[in-house]
Amino acid sequence: MSQRHHVLSVLVENKAGVLARVAALFSRRGFNIYTLVAAPTDDPRFSRLTVVVDVESSTLEQITKQLFKLINVVKISELDPDEAIERELALLTVQADVNTRSQVIELVSVFEGKIVDVGSDQLTIMLAGEPSKLDGFEQLMRGFGIIDLQRSGRVALAKLEIGRPKLHSVTGQAN
Amino acid sequence: MKLTGAQALIRSLESCGTEVVFGLPGGAILPVYDPIIDSSLRHILVRHEQGAGHAAEGYAHATGRPGVAMVTSGPGATNIVTALADAYMDSIPMVCITGQVPVGAIGTDAFQESDTTGITMSVTKHNWLVTSAQDIPRIVAEAFHVATTGRPGPVLIDLPKDISNSEMEWYWPDESDFDLPGYKPNLRPHPRMITQAAKMIVQAQRPVIYAGGGVIKARASEALLELAQLTKIPVVTTLMARGAISDDHPLCLGMPGMHGNYTAVTSIQQCDLLICLGARFDDRVTGKISAFAPKAKVIHVDVDPAELGKVRVAEIPIVADCKLAIEELTKAVTALVGASSKEDFWASKPRLEWAEQIATWQHNYPMVYDKSDDSSGVKPQAVIETLRSLTPDDTILVSGVGQHQMWASQYWKFRHPNTWVNSGGLGTMGFAVPAALGAKVGRPDRMVWAIDGDGCFQMTAQEIVTATMEQIPIKIAILNNAYLGMVRQWQEMFYEERYSEVYLSPDLPDYVKWTEAMGGVGLKVESSDEIENTIDKANSINDRPVVIDFRIDATEKVFPMVPAGHSNDDIVVGPAIEAYFNSLSKKDIKQ
Repeated sequence: MSQRHHVLSVLVENKAGVLARVAALFSRRGFNIYTLVAAPTDDPRFSRLTVVVDVESSTLEQITKQLFKLINVVKISELDPDEAIERELALLTVQADVNTRSQVIELVSVFEGKIVDVGSDQLTIMLAGEPSKLDGFEQLMRGFGIIDLQRSGRVALAKLEIGRPKLHSVTGQAN
Repeated sequence: MKLTGAQALIRSLESCGTEVVFGLPGGAILPVYDPIIDSSLRHILVRHEQGAGHAAEGYAHATGRPGVAMVTSGPGATNIVTALADAYMDSIPMVCITGQVPVGAIGTDAFQESDTTGITMSVTKHNWLVTSAQDIPRIVAEAFHVATTGRPGPVLIDLPKDISNSEMEWYWPDESDFDLPGYKPNLRPHPRMITQAAKMIVQAQRPVIYAGGGVIKARASEALLELAQLTKIPVVTTLMARGAISDDHPLCLGMPGMHGNYTAVTSIQQCDLLICLGARFDDRVTGKISAFAPKAKVIHVDVDPAELGKVRVAEIPIVADCKLAIEELTKAVTALVGASSKEDFWASKPRLEWAEQIATWQHNYPMVYDKSDDSSGVKPQAVIETLRSLTPDDTILVSGVGQHQMWASQYWKFRHPNTWVNSGGLGTMGFAVPAALGAKVGRPDRMVWAIDGDGCFQMTAQEIVTATMEQIPIKIAILNNAYLGMVRQWQEMFYEERYSEVYLSPDLPDYVKWTEAMGGVGLKVESSDEIENTIDKANSINDRPVVIDFRIDATEKVFPMVPAGHSNDDIVVGPAIEAYFNSLSKKDIKQ
């Protein structure tokens, strides 16, 4: 993920057409969406959109201000990648015949993925984790031949405790 | 009490204080038109839905209250999109009701179906598709609330026919019943920002107030006058803010921008502090943005946070209602300066020099035009100046879009807020006739004149029929140069006089006969000596619309002018002002 990507966590009203309003706003103002994930929250009145946008930071302020002008948008937080937990899920169907299958299975196990479907010379793999881990796995699988790939787009929440770790207590040195 | 959805809608409009609805019925909105008969609403039947929209805008401009328009589904809705877009650009409070096909038919390409909420999403502040008659009072109340609070704007309620026909139990909501968890406009300025801004104002040596339409929307004219008089800071009024401070006031510098006067444009370029109140650094004001007011620090007040930093990054951004912010600024400045030494304080050497500099620009480059030769038609500027001298101070002036609009803004003396009705942001040709109609309905006590172009007039002239039928005595001055004049001006100046598709003919249509066919009085002026008498005659007619066809000089251009994309420093004052300057003897030219 390049420097120009920013993660916005947008709490919206769970009403018809809200996603269309958000998408139309991005298109109208010439902003680019990198990934967008929409799903209900624990409160049925609201949904959360996790939007990864592709911008200079000066227009990021414009994006959040314009988004907030939408009547259905309730709250927006910009998540700093250092202060957020980001996860993504990928499903991949990979070429894996008798000669390569054991290698693929080994890599799946190293990456803590799961084989969710098995064909005669193909495997479908599920992998969840940080987006960079998915990038790495995708890269490795390319060598075997990716038949199909679907990534979910990232979801994110702010980290619970933000602050420097207390180094002296970790190291045990009082000074 | 059981009501139908249609009855609930009409009662809700009444409950929101609606007195007038501009509209045109059709299939999907039919149920709503029945209870109108038994209501207190005055319905003005327009001849085209775009007219309903602009009339509602004109009503809102002139009264400050939301205009209401009602049309049917499909083409009715799409015809009013232009007016919604216009109202959105100029932040005009407006509530638009559209009929929709029955809920079960939505998405089936039913007769006169269009995706109205989808189409209008980007040109409304918000819109609603009603899915239950029980929601109608709440949604109507929310719609008026959203349209009129924060940054005002148009909203739309799309009402399917079966919802209008179904039953509901009547209630009237208060604000606590609203379902708007994400809508909380911030109106109070941040005290720390106000203090910092006040310090900047006190320290500034060459300050200018850049007043925009927000001053008028926030009813902040008096507050602005107080701040300007206290601090002796000159005020430029944008196209949307004409009348925010009287043009007769010595501190008023008039309009800045592409066709602004020399002093207004240059004082912004040279200022060290630009106090932007309810304006948005529109490209027609700033010219080349990187060269706009290059030496200035900026205080920017706007109720819409998204305007702050959108075009020009302000040193002091203040999210607030203009009136509250200006009042707080006045208080803070007074506190800083101390009441006793007020007069002396603002008479510091640099401030006196700045006032002197501005007076010099005004003296050397006043708004003048060539009055000598009227052989090829009357001078449009002379028409406007004469019209101004023959009409009451509080006359409401409406215009279309183009050369005539710029001349109107330049040469009319605006003396009150809400007396200037025009299409600024969207630049909608054909705005004037229906907007004048709406303004006159809103302010029947006022004289309402429209200055229109011949091109604009032909786009929406059919609303004169509405004016005749409804006995709305509007007056229209067509500045007829037989051209799409502004386009002609650009082709003359920037396309080597290669005129492409701009000629319209002065006599086709015959504006006098056309007006008479629509039930109005048609008059024609072909030489300067007829201007005054003809305007007098028009002013004496109060029972029907009047149109005067002024045959103007087609070669007359709008000056000053900053060519598009250029720095405001490249202002071209034009031959008349240049000739005036050259005619000043050396000792008359102030340095």
